[in-house]
Amino acid sequence: MGAHHDDKHDAPDGHGRALRLGIGGPVGSGKTALVAALCRSLGPSMRLGVVTNDIYTTEDADFLRRAGVLDPDRILAVQTGCCPHTAIRDDIAANLDAVETLEERFGPLDLVIVESGGDNLTATFSRGLADSQIFVLDVSGGDKVPRKGGPGVTTADLLVVNKTDLAPMVGADLTVMSRDAGAVRDGRPVLFTSIREDGGAHGVAEWVSGVVDSWHHHGHLHDGEVVP
Amino acid sequence: MHAALLLLADSRLPAGGHAHSGGAEEAVRAGTVTGPDDLARFLRGRLATAGLVAAALAAAACELGSAAVDTSERVDGDAGTGEGDPAMLPWRRLDAEADARTASPAQREAARTQGRLLVRTARRIWPSPALESLARAVPDGAHHPVALGATAAAAGCDPGQAALAAAYWSVTGPATAAVRLLGLDPVAVHRLLADLAPSLGATARAARTALHTWTADPGAPWTTNPDVPWTADPDDRRASSPDIGRATDPDLIGVEFMSDACWAALPATTAPALDLLAESHLRAETRLFVS
Repeated sequence: MGAHHDDKHDAPDGHGRALRLGIGGPVGSGKTALVAALCRSLGPSMRLGVVTNDIYTTEDADFLRRAGVLDPDRILAVQTGCCPHTAIRDDIAANLDAVETLEERFGPLDLVIVESGGDNLTATFSRGLADSQIFVLDVSGGDKVPRKGGPGVTTADLLVVNKTDLAPMVGADLTVMSRDAGAVRDGRPVLFTSIREDGGAHGVAEWVSGVVDSWHHHGHLHDGEVVP
Repeated sequence: MHAALLLLADSRLPAGGHAHSGGAEEAVRAGTVTGPDDLARFLRGRLATAGLVAAALAAAACELGSAAVDTSERVDGDAGTGEGDPAMLPWRRLDAEADARTASPAQREAARTQGRLLVRTARRIWPSPALESLARAVPDGAHHPVALGATAAAAGCDPGQAALAAAYWSVTGPATAAVRLLGLDPVAVHRLLADLAPSLGATARAARTALHTWTADPGAPWTTNPDVPWTADPDDRRASSPDIGRATDPDLIGVEFMSDACWAALPATTAPALDLLAESHLRAETRLFVS
């Protein structure tokens, strides 16, 4: 390592930077709406930044900026060249660059949310990019999705099942979804939301607050996992 | 061949390259590239223009980076950290040469973004004084070929290999992008790349020749070289450089002396069509790629 290496990602003190929270999930499941809801709920008490990974241009970033939930300058968009999962998993350079740009411009920050582009059930965030990750499904994809699993559903730190208000209309059985998710997730939490009805996604916001609190004050995120 | 060259040329190198199409996305949108035949011509043109320039810049950066590695072995660890660090000057100057060869602001931005991401990645893979100097000298990101040459030096490659890697990058990124955008047969596109292999080697050699037209004998009188049509009279630039003679480290005077005159003579065969594609891409309503 060079004598004057100053790549913050390598900083030995994990507390010297914001918690990086990845939010992934299929197209249309409500990732951007969840990011907006978290900004509404957490914005008053936390210093936030948001990085979006868009399929086309800067659509999600523009949506968030228009929503007025956060200073538009604190929202950066990363373009992924047809491969949204590559940018969050295999080649995270552009996302790290965006996260650190936000921290340099507005830091110190408490939380930087990295929203992935809509992708399939196999897309998860690299641990080199996200300290913690949420996977978002919606009920209209069918109540079999949790049973099908995939790394997003099984390994995310929190699974959010959104659009519960649509369940009766699409014939989705929330009990089945809850039971199947529990079976493949080895006890990791699952939350059901309807962000259209609860614009602050309060259950999820509470979970995120707990994670951010652990990161900054207790030095660990999960049982037995010590922050480097 | 140094095996690290394989890592440098691998499209899986996690340095953000996958999000750039090198003008291919806009060429597809404009209807210029519609299939393998168009793509073959696009790639050949790109290699002969932007590819040659990138290869020459990468070779120069690798030479500079290798010199930085050698020099640093003779300096103690605290030297060269400040803003006045003489090791940063040649990096800035070489980067300015890249800027001068990149007319389109959109291309400059794309080249700097890719360079910044490459340096961020390379500093962790191949920690080296050359990359540290470059990162400090051009904190917003050096042009990608300059970053690639510095990375090649850090990885132990020689300037010819750096030039080859740059030539390779100049066509493989756009080729892959075209496969994704047009749904082309990936085997057919790799066939096109295989057909270009001899030209890649020739481009790398031409880049080295251009560089060594001036560096082979730095003590010789500076004259224009009739074999190298883009050479201007370098005496003016050398005489007007405010930094010549100011460097205190005798090892660096050589680099200073070399850089000003010979880098000005590097190829500047950039393609106006690529500049125009980059500018119109920036204004396109929908884009999948950064550039």
